[in-house]
Amino acid sequence: MPGKLKVKIVAGRHLPVMDRASDLTDAFVEVKFGNTTFKTDVYPKSLNPQWNSEWFKFEVDDEELQDEPLQITVLDHDTYSANDAIGKVYIDIDPLLYSEAATVISGWFPIYDTIHGIRGEINVVVKVDLFNDLNRFRQSSCGVKFFCTTSIPKCYRAVVIHGFVEELVVNEDPEYQWIDRIRTPRASNEARQRLISLMSGELQRKIGLKVLEMRGNAVVGYLQCFDLEGESGLVVRAIGTACTLDKLSNTSAFLPACNSPSKEMKEIPFNEDPNPNTYSSGPSTPLKNQTYSFSPSKSYSRQSSSSDTDLSLTPKTGMGSGSAGKEGGPFKTLLRQQTQSALEQREFPFFTLTTFPPGFLLHVGGVVSARSVKLLDRIHNPAFVGIMGNTRSYKLLDWNSFNSDEPETRDAWWAEIRQEIKSHAKALGCHAVVGYSESTSICEEVCILSASGTAAVLNPRFLQDGTMEGCLEQRLSWQPGFFSIGSEKGEVDFFPQSQDSSSLLGIEEASPPGCGFCHIPYDELNMPFPAHLTYCYNCRKQKVPDVLFTTIDLPVEAIVVGKGCLIQARLCRLKKKAQAEANATSISNLLPFMEYEVHTQLMNKLKLRGMNALFGLRIQITVGENMLMGLASATGVYLAALPTPGGIQIAGKTPNDGTYEQHISHMQKKINDTIAKNKELYEINPPELPEEIIGSPIPEPRQRSRLLRSQSESSDEVTELDLSHGKKDAFVLEIDDTDAMEDVHSLLTDVPPPSGFYSCNTEIMPGINNWTPEIQMFTAVRVSRLSNINPTNQTLNKNFNDLCENLLKSLYFKLRSMVPCCLCHVNFTVALPEDELVQIAVTAVAITYDKNQALQANKAPTEKSQQRASTDNEEQLQFPLELSSDPLSSQPFSPAKEALEGASSHTGIPAAQRATSVDYSSFADRCNSWIELIKLKAQTIRRGSIKTTTSLEKASPLAEGYLRHRSVPSGTNSTVSVVKMTPLSFLPGAKITKYLGIINMFFIRETTSLREEGGVSGFLHAFIAEVFAMVRAHVAALGGNAVVSYIMKQCVFMENPNKNQAQCLINVSGDAVIFVRESELEALPVPAPTAQPAGSAGDVTT
Amino acid sequence: MSSDLDVFVGNTTLIDEEVYRLWLDGHSVAEAVARRLRGGVLEREGTSVAVLQSDTRDHYRTFQMLERLLHAPPRLLQQLLFQIPPERQALLVQRYYAFDEALARELLGKKLSKGTKKELDEVSARTGVGIRSCRRQFDNFKRVFKAVEELRGPLAENIQQLFLLPPALARDYAAIVFSGIWGLWERFWGFLGCPDPPFSSRDYAAIVFFANSRFETGKRRLQFLSFGDFAACAQSMMAHWSQGALAPEAADPDGDLPKSFLQDLKELKVLVSDKDLLDQHKSLVCSALRGKISVYNELEANFKALSRALVNVGGKLTHARDVRDFFVDLVEKVIEPCRSDKWSPGDLRLFLTHYTAAPRNLPGFRHQALWERYMAAISACLLRMYHD
Repeated sequence: MPGKLKVKIVAGRHLPVMDRASDLTDAFVEVKFGNTTFKTDVYPKSLNPQWNSEWFKFEVDDEELQDEPLQITVLDHDTYSANDAIGKVYIDIDPLLYSEAATVISGWFPIYDTIHGIRGEINVVVKVDLFNDLNRFRQSSCGVKFFCTTSIPKCYRAVVIHGFVEELVVNEDPEYQWIDRIRTPRASNEARQRLISLMSGELQRKIGLKVLEMRGNAVVGYLQCFDLEGESGLVVRAIGTACTLDKLSNTSAFLPACNSPSKEMKEIPFNEDPNPNTYSSGPSTPLKNQTYSFSPSKSYSRQSSSSDTDLSLTPKTGMGSGSAGKEGGPFKTLLRQQTQSALEQREFPFFTLTTFPPGFLLHVGGVVSARSVKLLDRIHNPAFVGIMGNTRSYKLLDWNSFNSDEPETRDAWWAEIRQEIKSHAKALGCHAVVGYSESTSICEEVCILSASGTAAVLNPRFLQDGTMEGCLEQRLSWQPGFFSIGSEKGEVDFFPQSQDSSSLLGIEEASPPGCGFCHIPYDELNMPFPAHLTYCYNCRKQKVPDVLFTTIDLPVEAIVVGKGCLIQARLCRLKKKAQAEANATSISNLLPFMEYEVHTQLMNKLKLRGMNALFGLRIQITVGENMLMGLASATGVYLAALPTPGGIQIAGKTPNDGTYEQHISHMQKKINDTIAKNKELYEINPPELPEEIIGSPIPEPRQRSRLLRSQSESSDEVTELDLSHGKKDAFVLEIDDTDAMEDVHSLLTDVPPPSGFYSCNTEIMPGINNWTPEIQMFTAVRVSRLSNINPTNQTLNKNFNDLCENLLKSLYFKLRSMVPCCLCHVNFTVALPEDELVQIAVTAVAITYDKNQALQANKAPTEKSQQRASTDNEEQLQFPLELSSDPLSSQPFSPAKEALEGASSHTGIPAAQRATSVDYSSFADRCNSWIELIKLKAQTIRRGSIKTTTSLEKASPLAEGYLRHRSVPSGTNSTVSVVKMTPLSFLPGAKITKYLGIINMFFIRETTSLREEGGVSGFLHAFIAEVFAMVRAHVAALGGNAVVSYIMKQCVFMENPNKNQAQCLINVSGDAVIFVRESELEALPVPAPTAQPAGSAGDVTT
Repeated sequence: MSSDLDVFVGNTTLIDEEVYRLWLDGHSVAEAVARRLRGGVLEREGTSVAVLQSDTRDHYRTFQMLERLLHAPPRLLQQLLFQIPPERQALLVQRYYAFDEALARELLGKKLSKGTKKELDEVSARTGVGIRSCRRQFDNFKRVFKAVEELRGPLAENIQQLFLLPPALARDYAAIVFSGIWGLWERFWGFLGCPDPPFSSRDYAAIVFFANSRFETGKRRLQFLSFGDFAACAQSMMAHWSQGALAPEAADPDGDLPKSFLQDLKELKVLVSDKDLLDQHKSLVCSALRGKISVYNELEANFKALSRALVNVGGKLTHARDVRDFFVDLVEKVIEPCRSDKWSPGDLRLFLTHYTAAPRNLPGFRHQALWERYMAAISACLLRMYHD
């Protein structure tokens, strides 16, 4: 019996009135885990019951502990009729199963009902006693940590990054079972919630098992998704990156350094020149090859089967039969072989991470993506009968235990796509894919599966297979005896785990850290796509492309000029309504055009902003009944290593027409003005290259490379600089019809954010480094009707474009009080719930920053400080004076500015303190101490039950909850502890001290009184607020004070206004953490700003 | 292209003070948008009307959801649905319970009943306060009154705890609520157990005071008095007459002590019924004031009438019917005569000081403490009410 789960029900508050006669409620609680149920006594006639139950104990095996949620149901006792359910709380006890995470779950949870929403709160305490289980054949994977964060979590160090793990489980969707016709919506929703909770538990356990087999101890970048396939079922799938993590407090043990890295280097020769590859070119862009395979057998990927570059990723143990043989075989065999063997899993050298320890990422090739259109077939699931007879009503059907070929189909689909991605990466001379993600879009029976990532060459050192001990030894032997790179001083505090690796990089590669990743990994003579190569503007040794698209975050060490900005490409394509195969075929046919157009838009918009690289690129193609929508978001930046982008030139087709030409030139002027304006806005002032370095322009780089074919080996001589491209206007837009004209117009309609705002969809905004701690995470959802009688692609495009722009505008307006601030991790999700309806959901976080004050290195070092430091070094060396024309415009790279900052360092510190205390002091003048007192008082009051004014609360669970959170530095005496939420992996100005476990929640809300609840907006507004509240409550109960890497993965909204009904499903996830403000770490806690009168403080017993 | 659904939800609930004010004033979304437009927000932020509409709707939805919680402010602090910083919560409550003085003056002394609520249309027209706002404020008064009417213990603290109101606002509330129902007159003394509670809800208590005692405040004679005047009077009465004013420790929630205080006030009648005492009192006051007061002759002529009025007001306080006339009596019998004789406020102050102090030297007068306690409140009331 490997585990004992203990649950105590303490109290409830603010329960709804269930008995109209007495205006009270006779509440009791059912606690259910697995098949065991306990009940509390009925607490009669109270809306604030105090059950104070005994400890309910469940003795269960750990497999069950991982799969099952704890289910708490609050009911109203009724003597004469059936008891009415008030609501439920599902508690995922997974965080209690790791040794380092939470030890107890205790706190107030909102009682949730799928029809009525939150109805009061319940105080629960949950504990788990785990017994050690040494069974090798166990099915559980307790102890494997899961992180949604797509970087190495802040208080850990990656010892080994093992690689890709994936799993999926499939089941019938309870909503589509026959029984759903006779049961209530509530029962149906609850069945669904419970099933998904079970499925995620199981999925997580299985992934955990894979990780253990790979000898890892954690999954980072864990992304779990649901595919609601309607009648064909429910798919829960997850991907992640298996790692061996080490808690950072141990680092000192590794510091004694020895040397000799040479041995490892020999063992894994790092190949700068990837093998020649006869890959036919795809679309003429760095956005690499999309293939559209409606029929799965298209063997596009076989060409690139060479596995030489795979060396470091294919395990060298006996199983390493090489992927070539397998790829040659038919897909079926390939997929059959794809068992759970951990080694086989590494067949996909994918990483869901987007940020890496410095030195991990050597080169980036470009974005690789693959899509495939599938038909969801109605399956006759033979297990269906079995399910109904089972006591555990929704037994999971995963493909191991069950022979339905259905899950295998899904697995095969994904395997096929991953294979494609892999081959694309190879074509780019890369052996790995980073920033990898998968998604689906389903409409009726058609499903588009998409996968994308960034082809990259990685430093093999982190990927060593082998035992933990072996790795530790390696690490020790890799410790260099010196830290040579001065510019990384700032980084040492923040990324202690990377000290060795970054200096390692210095040894291993001669190229400076700021540009290495831009250097092309592929052979310039056999480029996979036509691109203009130049010598790196930073080191001048290696070739770089003219633009770089990636799905990852900007590497910490990258040298950036100016600030970044959010760039979106938006596109609609009409499609005929069709059935089944015809529909799928027409979608497949449309996809390449959409991808091409999205890409063109991105390219144009990038150039329009005078930038040359995209990070965090995410292209979403959504399928609807009669149209397809494409939305690509990315963060544009100017990488110092890449050439200056050329402008955009417009060429008309009918040069004779005078007015037309005038119009063209007018447009051209407008475009040029926009580019100039943008350059100013984003502070893009790349250093002008002195003439002698540039040399004479060489006419056609591609021709030249052909000429130089024979001497490519010597091409890295500095004398042969080819910088011609920087001077060249590369881009010509031809306006040959009205469509093209529209396109140009739409280019110019993108309004830059109002002053004081920046936005990006990556974790951090390039070019801003002085964040202040105020953050505001939000979700905005809009559904719009595209009410055109005869919609055309153009009008639809315009509508869609307006919709997105207006949404952004409205966000800027909402958050205007936070200026200056930056919207980070702006994540758009598009859905087409019905004909003509477009739903856009945005989740992002607004972070304030200090415009005038640069942070002192010791005050709050951020990742960016290192970047800035190195940039400054760089520029001070080469371009000492030219940039400082306007030091006040917060030009972060300007040496003059740097001097200014240094001079003002003394005044800067008090300013920082003032900034952090602003939250509490601003209003303090007006409502002095009484607020504080009210807050204290309020704890002693029970609603409506004051008979005497003295406090009855000595035994109150509130006190316990409050004490539990006492350690949480909130700065206030509020009864509800503040929980911050952010889609980022960090909190500005704060240090994450502990990860408490993954939060993965799924909620359904339904209403049959839509109008009464304020229409669709009122309904969804309340629901999203409720979801936030439940996430916060769970985090607080774990003892945490923030959720990082928060993501709303799904928001499915359906309405039927005629029936006054609506339903919504929301799936969110994130990592619960404890953070401590850096200011509190340094100084002793400052006493609360408002003094409390002694007399009243004595009253407060809590 | 129209937006059917448009929501914005922040982890920290955004509260726009301007929109909150518009919502509290009872404006519809369209009106609020129009007003915001006039406020020039468009020019400042460079945004569009559509954005403003969407923003306003969002805020209105939030406020509607919050309203349920604002009805019981302590719940606002405990609830988990909206994460609102404490200072913002305080702002929400304070603004929600803030009221228009003009409206409060209208409601003083009226029953907080359905009938009164129906008359709010007229009140709204008279005061210029929007009808929706009137209803909300009326409901606030009623809610506060209902919540505290059954409670024992110091009124001020009860109000404070139940509604988390700042002192000034709470004081005003008390004045209104107390003007409503005579039945609670005696309990009122119990509420005042603590003369100056830590979060003195004095304003609030004053309102409750009036609601309870149903002082006549609506007569034409009293029209010149503002809400603030009544609130101040109620406060000084509470401050001086409650049992806590004498012995805070001996606070007796059942109100025995104040009852005896009211009974004892009858003893003061001796000052006017006993001819000797009255004469001696007059001569003491007159000799003290001779030459110091401009209306000496009028004082000498009217002393007996004034004294009788001042003492009798107190004697009548034990009877509910007479209490109604408290303010009317003071105005009719003290303020109006003085005004017609052109007393200056300074004269009145000087007179009241000496009038209160003189009995100390009266042989055979044994109720000195009682007298001064009684007169302290009466003097304060008169001085406050003595204006045009």
